[in-house]
Amino acid sequence: MAILLCRVDDRLIHGQVVVGWGTQFGVDFISVVDDELSQSEWEQDLYRAGLPDHIDARFVGVERAADLIPTWAANIERGFVLTRDLATMRSLAEQGVLEDIEINLGGLHDAPGRRRVLPYLFLGVEDREELDRLRRTRVEVSAQDVPSARKIGLEELLELRSE
Amino acid sequence: MSNHEVQGILVGHGKLAEGMLNAIQEITGSREGLYPVDNQGLTPEALEERLSELTGEGPSVVFVDLPSGSCAFAARRLQHRRSEMALVCGVNLPLLLDFMFHRTLPLEEVIERLRSHVGISIEQPTDGDSAVPGR
Repeated sequence: MAILLCRVDDRLIHGQVVVGWGTQFGVDFISVVDDELSQSEWEQDLYRAGLPDHIDARFVGVERAADLIPTWAANIERGFVLTRDLATMRSLAEQGVLEDIEINLGGLHDAPGRRRVLPYLFLGVEDREELDRLRRTRVEVSAQDVPSARKIGLEELLELRSE
Repeated sequence: MSNHEVQGILVGHGKLAEGMLNAIQEITGSREGLYPVDNQGLTPEALEERLSELTGEGPSVVFVDLPSGSCAFAARRLQHRRSEMALVCGVNLPLLLDFMFHRTLPLEEVIERLRSHVGISIEQPTDGDSAVPGR
């Protein structure tokens, strides 16, 4: 399987992903699943401008991603799949295309209605509802910002007190 | 502050920005015209907004550490609506010091000066000239 990281992170492509995880895994491509970004060429250029030449960036909407993920997973190239929010990842999980792929919660930051659960994870009521729906898909979910950090499973995460 | 002065914003991971400005302060006795931004805990939108407030509408240079980091992406997004803003990736102290001493020049001249700094210096002892005693 060549989807090595399937991550929810509101920063999408950034240092932890490219340098932290990318160097660890030797990533060939990063696929961003985002309806809005898939329609915005200038924003895609902006992300490509910051990537090393050996990493290919792809931007696809949710519907297209659901078709492509099985192909990416079977491919010899090593890739990451990123979404900026839980709803997008949950949608992919509910479509059954994330079987045997673990979802990584890597960064949801402070915003109105959210409370801090981990230094890199702030959750609001809607986020918790999305996590409940993700749990029902039986896809494995855990929180871990960088490879050296401890992986926190979904059950433990939901029991952590928010501040 | 004169209208011609170029604002310098330093955005880095962890405490890099504040740390580098502390070093600038120690070396020059001043950090005027340079503002640190710490990306920790900020959404991309909040980081872009913070940069927008600090750069203002006038000429500015945003210095970041990594070209593929969230700081650089936030600056690139802002650059889309700021005609007088330059982004410098791979910040280091010589670069910041040069900027500090020349930020009263027009933005284009400031950028030309910064371009001349691109590259790194690696120095090694040559054979028979080891810098390490006993080698």
